[in-house]
Amino acid sequence: MSDAKQEWPLWEVFVRPKAGLDHKHCGSLHASDAKMAIQMAREVYTRRQEGTSVWVVRSSDITASDPADKDMYFDPMEDKVYRHPTFYELPDSVNHM
Amino acid sequence: MNMAVVTETLQLRLTPPVRYVLRWADTALIHAQRLAEWCGHGPVLEEDIALTNMALDLVGQARGLLTLAGQLEAQGRATPFDEDALAFWRDERDYLNLTLVEQPMRRSSAHSPGGDFADTVLRNLLLASWFKQGWKGLLTSSDAELAAVAAKALKEARYHQQHAADWVVRLGDGSDESQQRMRAALLRAWPYTAEMFVDDAVDTAAAASGLGPARSALRAAWLAEVGQVLDEATLALPADPQSVSTGTQGVHSEHMGFILAEMQSLQRRFPGGVW
Repeated sequence: MSDAKQEWPLWEVFVRPKAGLDHKHCGSLHASDAKMAIQMAREVYTRRQEGTSVWVVRSSDITASDPADKDMYFDPMEDKVYRHPTFYELPDSVNHM
Repeated sequence: MNMAVVTETLQLRLTPPVRYVLRWADTALIHAQRLAEWCGHGPVLEEDIALTNMALDLVGQARGLLTLAGQLEAQGRATPFDEDALAFWRDERDYLNLTLVEQPMRRSSAHSPGGDFADTVLRNLLLASWFKQGWKGLLTSSDAELAAVAAKALKEARYHQQHAADWVVRLGDGSDESQQRMRAALLRAWPYTAEMFVDDAVDTAAAASGLGPARSALRAAWLAEVGQVLDEATLALPADPQSVSTGTQGVHSEHMGFILAEMQSLQRRFPGGVW
């Protein structure tokens, strides 16, 4: 595996724990194509009944924000507490806010 | 159920039904033992995990079947031999697995060159397809426990078959070298496939009593499935084998003793040992 060109591409794996919940990112793996990636995801990430559905995405197809932009992108939200819906009185019957 | 700790080689009453169940159990057990040799040695981490996952599925199947074989064997005796006693305290002649599963798979030997990943995926394909047909037939077994094991195992075998078929096609229809290696692996394994489909008195009795299908009944569907995969993999179907191996009669190849020595040594050194 010294030749970088022979490395299998990297895939990001998303597992849905049960129907109704979202697929959640749980890790990555190497596979030669999508079909193999799905099988390997099943082997590596659902061995303990973690999933009912698996998605795989080529890591290279993901566009990520630049860590260097962190200050500019995310820090301005620090002092905007009014964006959190914590100033409302909620009835007891609303459990999941 | 009260199980005594066994400390000496079992003396078993191998009636036809016991033999029938042990054949399925031992083929799963010894195949699992061979697959487990890959643990920590897989070609890539993901496949290493896949191979050991499959080995664990097969061990699970063997456990259920060995427990059942112990109960069938014990007719009239208070304490049946449990799965551990049967897995670790039988003599070689009382193991009734297909000869194919004993053959070296990861490591070569002087008597059986190979030790190629191609041998592993090819053998997985041949066996998973065979088990699939077997479990299907056993779904309607007259023995409820055997039918229950089959129902669970069928799902596992379906996946094993798909995983193996995928590799066989990739490598068979791959580069010149991978195709040549797959072809060599196919020619090494094929002579042992005759034993998968040859009937004897044990099969006849099992079919007659409704315990399970005779081996000959598995052949047509097996050949159709395996043939389709080999075709897709651009691998020619080899000629029919000229002789029949005899593992299911308890007469094994030279490799079996080494497998058992490795498998049994711990239980024989520490009888009843658990962790």
